[in-house]
Amino acid sequence: MALLTIRDALNQALREEIIRDENVFIMGEEVAEYDGAYKVTRGLWKEFGDKRVVDTPITELGFAALGVGAAMAGLRPVIEFMTFNFSILASDQIINHAAKMLYMSGGEFKVPIVFRGPNGSAFQVSSQHSQALEAFYANFPGLKVVMPSTAADAKGLLKSAIRDDNPVIFMEQERMYGMKGEVPEDDDFTIPLGVADIKREGKDCTIVARSMTVPMALEAAEKIQQEFDVSVEVIDPRTIKPLDIDTIVSSIKKTNRLVIAEESHSFASVGAEITYQVMDHAFDHLDAPIKRISTVEAPMPYARNLEAAALPSVDKIIAAVKEVCYI
Amino acid sequence: MARTAATASSKKSPSKPSAKKPAKAESNGNGRMAVVELMNAEYQKRRKSQIEAIKKTDKKLLREMLYQMVLGRVFEEKAAEVYRMGKIGGFCHLYIGQEAIAIGSMMALNPDDMVITSYRDHVQAMVKGIAPEAVMAELYGKEGGCVKGKGGSMHMFSKEHEFFGGHGIVGGQIGVGTGMAYAAKYKESGQVTLCFFGEAAVNQGIFHESLNMAQLWKLPIIYICENNQYGMGTSQERAMSTRNIAKKAESYEMANEFVDGMDVMAVRDAALRAIKRAREESLPTLLEVRSYRYMGHSMSDPGNYRTREEIAKYQERDPIVLFQDSLKTAKVFTDKDFEAIRQEAIEATKKAIEFAEESPYPSESELLSDVYA
Ligand SMILES: Cc1ncc(C[n+]2csc(CCOP(=O)(O)OP(=O)(O)O)c2C)c(N)n1
Ligand SMILES: [Mg+2]
Repeated sequence: MALLTIRDALNQALREEIIRDENVFIMGEEVAEYDGAYKVTRGLWKEFGDKRVVDTPITELGFAALGVGAAMAGLRPVIEFMTFNFSILASDQIINHAAKMLYMSGGEFKVPIVFRGPNGSAFQVSSQHSQALEAFYANFPGLKVVMPSTAADAKGLLKSAIRDDNPVIFMEQERMYGMKGEVPEDDDFTIPLGVADIKREGKDCTIVARSMTVPMALEAAEKIQQEFDVSVEVIDPRTIKPLDIDTIVSSIKKTNRLVIAEESHSFASVGAEITYQVMDHAFDHLDAPIKRISTVEAPMPYARNLEAAALPSVDKIIAAVKEVCYI
Repeated sequence: MARTAATASSKKSPSKPSAKKPAKAESNGNGRMAVVELMNAEYQKRRKSQIEAIKKTDKKLLREMLYQMVLGRVFEEKAAEVYRMGKIGGFCHLYIGQEAIAIGSMMALNPDDMVITSYRDHVQAMVKGIAPEAVMAELYGKEGGCVKGKGGSMHMFSKEHEFFGGHGIVGGQIGVGTGMAYAAKYKESGQVTLCFFGEAAVNQGIFHESLNMAQLWKLPIIYICENNQYGMGTSQERAMSTRNIAKKAESYEMANEFVDGMDVMAVRDAALRAIKRAREESLPTLLEVRSYRYMGHSMSDPGNYRTREEIAKYQERDPIVLFQDSLKTAKVFTDKDFEAIRQEAIEATKKAIEFAEESPYPSESELLSDVYA
């Protein structure tokens, strides 16, 4: 095991996959000479050169499209969006092209591509730079959506995403790049897509969290344990699509209570989908209505106090757990 | 004539992908060093006639132009200082070095003309009439900010002053600006639109889509490409197949000019020609204004992609210094006047800081207001 930041774990995954498969290349804004806007690709251009690590013009639709075409023609591109906010410019290629290519070609053309970068809010970067877009992409059949919350998951899942034959939306979180965790040192360490992880075992209430809300949920769980002697289980689906609903349902069968914590807006969110699926599979096991903590239904404000009020927080999660546990 | 500066710089052959280890990060400083020499040579040629022109220009206007440039500089130097103290959060993109572009072009407008720009928007906001207090308070994320603390550095707006904002998505405002000009033509309001964007935004599809529509439908707009030669850490020649941006307009049969962005009077002249074309003939223009940003891309950019010599070389042609030099040679103002103007700008900045410090944080009820009209 090595203690790594999420940033370095991602970097290792990229490096190992570049070495492992000559068709893997990384393309995006500032990924090469600048070492990445958030330094995820640090050192890779120096080590592997212009062919494998490619700086692009600011032309998201263009290089996403180039990636789709290259993937159809046999390469395995990893396309970095400086942030997922800018993927919206490229969403035509992701949704209209990559997601549907295999299906509408009757299985002829696979699109083995990864679109990755930070998703969600950062530190007061305001309305156009703070969006959590997982529900948007998860809505379209043909796309897989991955959101790691630890260094080990980041590495293992990114390697699987690169090896996957489908277009994968791989969402990181800027606030989390510096968080550290133990990562297995094996070169071939991968984590399969579509498998949830129980981040903390508990018996009284389940929190389903992803990305930035996982560390929040863990902190909330710890506080609740100490203050109220309530034991909280924290589940991280890790892959949003396909969703490992079985792990969530088994947990609910044990705890009978569910809180969902997510960074995206609430309307038509992944949390809404989980709520439906839980109702479908475990309605009779619920002892309380499901509670959900999301970002408020407003674009992200800049002001420090308003941004904090807009986002999920440990306190908000604690309040929700108390509500479903009737304490 | 100034076109030579643009063409002479495109010497570097396009780099083709190679499996080999890349050479050390090539700053291609030579290309940019050559351009600055050429721009200076052109400047020296026109200087004499420009000084004659300055003598004939309204003194009050000249004073205001210089004041706005100095205010922009002093204000942003202060913003950088308080950013480092943690008073300002998020991204903060400074305009230092580029002041001549906003002042030269915007001060040729009528008050009801419209302006839109990118996230590098503090100086444009102030030149358009938003008080320095309201801009600084916005940087602080306070209630007294021009958009109540909701937008921050990248998103200054003012309906009253026809300032249509600072925009964070590279290239987005090029399309929005085109729509503003469309509305002006539709309403026959006589307003002209100035639309600012960086040279890296030219690589977005929306630049090309917008120019085509603007020429096709004859819209009264001036597209001002602020070519500071870098988009974050990527120099223009590493991201664009041609160095000559002004010429791109020709594929849409649009009028265009290459302008020395360190020479505020040259920017003003070019803007006046373009504004006249927009106002009288309802025709668009693309101006490529060559300049240089002294600071990092944003406050968090270490700037390892260029050399100190290159920055120093461009600073030799500092727009404020050049302008003061001409004003002095033309005997319009003296060093004493310059000092008075500087003091005024320092005073205005001090007041802006005091206002921002004292302004309260926005009330939490603001969180859910303005989501829908
Ligand atoms: C669509 C989009 N892609 C990427 C970014 C990140 N980004 C912000 S500014 C910038 C560089 C833009 O350079 P340029 O257009 O030359 O303007 P300048 O910053 O030099 O004024 C980049 C890559 C963004 N904000 N929007
Ligand atoms: Mg630029």
